Amino acid sequence: MAINWFKYSSPSTFYGLVGKLVPWFAWPSAILFAVGLYIGFFVAPTDVTQGEAYRIIFIHVPVSILSMFIYLVMAGYAALGLIFNTRLSSMMASALAPTGALFAFMSLWTGALWGKPMWGAWWVWDARLTSELVLLFLYLGFMALHAAIDDPRRADRAAALLAIVGSVNVPIIYFSVQWWNTLHQGSTVKFSGTSMHVDMQQAMFSVLAACWLYAIAVSLVRVRSIILERERNTQWVTELAEVKQ
Amino acid sequence: MSQLSLFGLLGLVVRRDLILAMRRRSDVLTTLIFFVMVVSLFPMGVGPELDMLRKMAPGVVWVAALLASMLSLGRMFSADYLDGTLEQMMLVPQSLSMLVLGKILAHWMVSGLPLVLMAPVLGLQFDMSAESLWILIGGLLLGTPILSMIGAVGAALTLGLRGGGVLVSLLVLPLCIPVLIFGAGAVEAATSGMSVVSNMSLLGALLLMALVSTPWVTAQALRISME
Repeated sequence: MAINWFKYSSPSTFYGLVGKLVPWFAWPSAILFAVGLYIGFFVAPTDVTQGEAYRIIFIHVPVSILSMFIYLVMAGYAALGLIFNTRLSSMMASALAPTGALFAFMSLWTGALWGKPMWGAWWVWDARLTSELVLLFLYLGFMALHAAIDDPRRADRAAALLAIVGSVNVPIIYFSVQWWNTLHQGSTVKFSGTSMHVDMQQAMFSVLAACWLYAIAVSLVRVRSIILERERNTQWVTELAEVKQ
Repeated sequence: MSQLSLFGLLGLVVRRDLILAMRRRSDVLTTLIFFVMVVSLFPMGVGPELDMLRKMAPGVVWVAALLASMLSLGRMFSADYLDGTLEQMMLVPQSLSMLVLGKILAHWMVSGLPLVLMAPVLGLQFDMSAESLWILIGGLLLGTPILSMIGAVGAALTLGLRGGGVLVSLLVLPLCIPVLIFGAGAVEAATSGMSVVSNMSLLGALLLMALVSTPWVTAQALRISME
């Protein structure tokens, strides 16, 4: 039996599938948040040099990783939409943008909270901080350009081009601490192993997974609204139970 | 009519845009005057201590150049778009990227080059040394074309939109930050006695990368905006 891989690339089938999937991402996300933050704030030992203030990293590191990762995913979807002219890919790209911007903002905010006790300054003009700020601007630019164009098709394609051009910034952020001799420390967690205490690892990876699932759940809910908005004149939307009421 | 070579096309577009710009000289002057004014505002805002001014000078000149080039971006395609010339240009069986590159070059000659020539005078206002002035000019010479190229992408994406002028700054300024950092960094390195080679090389690399990619991206953006 041949599987139709493209069945769910149509908004009408995808809408129903996503509605069923969202709880499967949302609930594990909530549980993992609770577990990760509990371990991070109550179980993990106090850091020798940084004291209690280091605990902000359990939020800071996951949101920073995701702020970059979501941009790449968004640019990937945008590119798919631009190249193959698939409506759903562009909708996914615009659904991901606000979550990515939120994570980029949280990354800067939690970084500032950590920087004040550690570096003695809320903000330093270091390569990593600056490029993360540029990432936030890129998200805002993507959303602003999308919002400024009335025709959704043209908006999708113009914003997609911008997202692809902006994606050169992501490797710059990621490698900035290696390329430049900056104040921001290098990463402790590496694929080859880490020097972290086991409780800290568990807390960080739980929150990372929680943020990841949260991002998926929220953007899927958002893409459902976008589908409804864009397809409001089609027959299948008018026949939906939640629209008929 | 004989087939135009690629560089023939480039020359033709540059010549046409320059002639058009020369017919409306006040536009060119406005950008230049804006640049001079912004730079001159800083000593009035932060006070006339020469030590501080000397330190700020490269950054101030670069930021002013960035803002001035934003100001003139709106003109790159909009006049041709409004009178339908752009549509005709896109129908021509020639490389659209090359045509766009011609427009970018003309834009730089009209809005970037005057800034480069004006910068030494402004540098003297800030009491910069002769050596740093040369570095500043060199950096601007490498950097301002990049600003025009990145700006072209933004201008093409926002073609014909409401409030396009503000939006284009929002899109383009974040992408121009590396140019600003390396351009101002080169002068700072020179004043503190370090080598300027790394900053200048990075600026040169950015210029080459922009030269290769932005005309094509701008052409794609124009196709999206014009369909």
